[in-house]
Amino acid sequence: MSKVVLKAINVSKQYRLGQLGTGTISHDLNRWWHKARGKDDPYLQIGDTNDRSAKGGSDYVWSLKDINFEVKQGDVLGIIGKNGAGKSTLLKILSQVTSATTGKVKIRGRIAALLEVGTGFHPELTGRENIFLNGAILGMTKPEIASKFDEIVSFSGVEKYIDTPVKRYSSGMMVRLGFAVAAHLEPEILIIDEVLAVGDAEFQKKCMGKIKNVAGEGRTVLFVSHNMQAMSSICKTGILLKNGLIDEQSDITTCIKKYNGLFSESFIGTTSIKDRLNRAQSSGNVLFSNIQGFSKEKKTWDFRFDEEINFQCDCDVRDNSDGLLFYMALIDPLSNEVLTNIKLLVKENALNKGEKISFTITIPPKTLRIGQFLLYFAIGDAKQTRWYDVVDNNVNLPTLNITPVDMDPHSNSGKFSIPYKLTINN
Amino acid sequence: MIKEIEDDNEPWDLVLEPRNKWYSLGLSQILRFKDLLFLFVRRDFVSIYKQTILGPIWFFIQPIITAFTYAIIFGTLAGISTEGLPPILFYMCGITLWNYFSDTLSKTSDTFTANASIFGKVYFPRMIVPLSVVLSNLIKFGVQFLLFIVVWIYYLITDTTIHPNLTLLLVPFLIILMGFLGLGLGIIITSLTTKYRDLKFLVTFGIQLLMYASPIVFPLSMVSEKYPQYKFILLANPITGIIEAFKYAFLGVGEFNWLYLSYSFLFTVVLFFVGLIVFNKVEKSFMDTV
Repeated sequence: MSKVVLKAINVSKQYRLGQLGTGTISHDLNRWWHKARGKDDPYLQIGDTNDRSAKGGSDYVWSLKDINFEVKQGDVLGIIGKNGAGKSTLLKILSQVTSATTGKVKIRGRIAALLEVGTGFHPELTGRENIFLNGAILGMTKPEIASKFDEIVSFSGVEKYIDTPVKRYSSGMMVRLGFAVAAHLEPEILIIDEVLAVGDAEFQKKCMGKIKNVAGEGRTVLFVSHNMQAMSSICKTGILLKNGLIDEQSDITTCIKKYNGLFSESFIGTTSIKDRLNRAQSSGNVLFSNIQGFSKEKKTWDFRFDEEINFQCDCDVRDNSDGLLFYMALIDPLSNEVLTNIKLLVKENALNKGEKISFTITIPPKTLRIGQFLLYFAIGDAKQTRWYDVVDNNVNLPTLNITPVDMDPHSNSGKFSIPYKLTINN
Repeated sequence: MIKEIEDDNEPWDLVLEPRNKWYSLGLSQILRFKDLLFLFVRRDFVSIYKQTILGPIWFFIQPIITAFTYAIIFGTLAGISTEGLPPILFYMCGITLWNYFSDTLSKTSDTFTANASIFGKVYFPRMIVPLSVVLSNLIKFGVQFLLFIVVWIYYLITDTTIHPNLTLLLVPFLIILMGFLGLGLGIIITSLTTKYRDLKFLVTFGIQLLMYASPIVFPLSMVSEKYPQYKFILLANPITGIIEAFKYAFLGVGEFNWLYLSYSFLFTVVLFFVGLIVFNKVEKSFMDTV
């Protein structure tokens, strides 16, 4: 049995909302007064759960609440969750950047975090000097860096510029050098946060390979990313955070599925498209006011494989506009686009302010494979010069579910479902 | 349950808790990161004068020009006594040591705010940063001190008013004391300014005011003679004892007094440990309030 190398016990983190100002000093004094009399901190009793879209009653919020988990040696753990679910806070606590409000974390072996590449690069120093500086910041000793120096330089691919101050580097080169240093860090536990969103395709591939190698060497990795494809290919186990609580803790596939499911759940519970939070930010002339899936029988987002799928879209024309174009895409749970061919001209002629438009898209039965799909709807002007409005799972659109009709073992695999016909020739 | 027992049989290397024990100063951590300490010192030193033509010569120019300015303003115009010494030597003596203190203080006093972006990304013992400031300023001081020694030797040969004495043996101790005084005060200020920035406004002009409350541009003896009612202000200032001892060692003038020096020493020790405790407390969670 492999041993536990990291253990979080009842980890909670409280943040104060709003600005720090003169109001906070009275809280500080009150806190100090309670402490001086040997009482508990009065502000730890209160605090809302961490739901960024709902306005809470308290100035304090629990960014993480009672998080418990264990990581065994050699585990590659993916941490997923929506924006603001507490992922980064958790990483910050694990990497000692900040401390938990209550609770403990126990660690065996060296732990190092890669929250941003190139941390502490000094623009005036050369690449060579910065490799040493950055390596030391990340916790390597000088002999360690020296022994890996050539490897780091060749991995980064900036040999030519190694004695030039990094302020002359392109941002891509800077990132390459930063990642190269970090990749040669050899702690027992490595924490990685979204660093893969940088660099060109070739370099990204190199990075992914390196991370996989690290995981393969039996070292423990904690990985945070929104890229579900990367997650599912690297991680074995996963933790899904939701509003500062652990929602799911199992293998990575289950977590990813549940993560994608979160979006539909929050839709039913809270806001509709019409009341969505970022509505004020959309400056489009035409906006979606409602989108609803329906089958022949009822309003739904769950369809049988052999059912016709319909989406009714209602739009409000908020300002005169040049026609209306509709575009729709289907995305799989690992964030790959599956279908992008639905693009229709709804109205060719100019629309007047105040008009209401309603239309329905129909997808014939037996064309989508079994499973879950994320939806993406957009409307723009007839000439495709700009988009007026976009609705996707970020604004609480439910997921589309296609359920099997028979026990065909092949119904869960494969990518396409196309019409076909059989002709018997004799 | 069995697993639980197994887990705790083997010791953990690191336990992160909301609060450090106040007395755990993390010296072992600092030792682990000593390479970083020296790299920071190197970085500070190398990066300051990159893209300058004169480079480290600026280290010399700064105290010379300051000494000349003081000699003109305080010595000639204001006619403040230099106890019969060549004004340049008198002012350089005070300025050199004072600069070490004020540079250390002003740079360590914004440790947290100035390094927030690094501190927010990666962990290393935060104390490394102010310590590196003390060391890189010590190098700068060393260079300026060398300059002072050259000037001092020149006057020693040409002038008969200078009487160095055995107190010179105390000089390394005085320098260390000055460094720790700056560091101690600096880390207290930086710890107090993470949440409420008010104190920061005080630092820049506070340092200036403090200079006039220390016997830098005037001798302590002048205050004793002319304004004895204000002498307590200077004596309450721990820098006074150190500066006077420093001047006495090299120049043979000033009010060297073991009592003053002991006070400075005690003050520094207490200040430094208070600083360590406060710093230690703040470093855990300052990222949330900075």
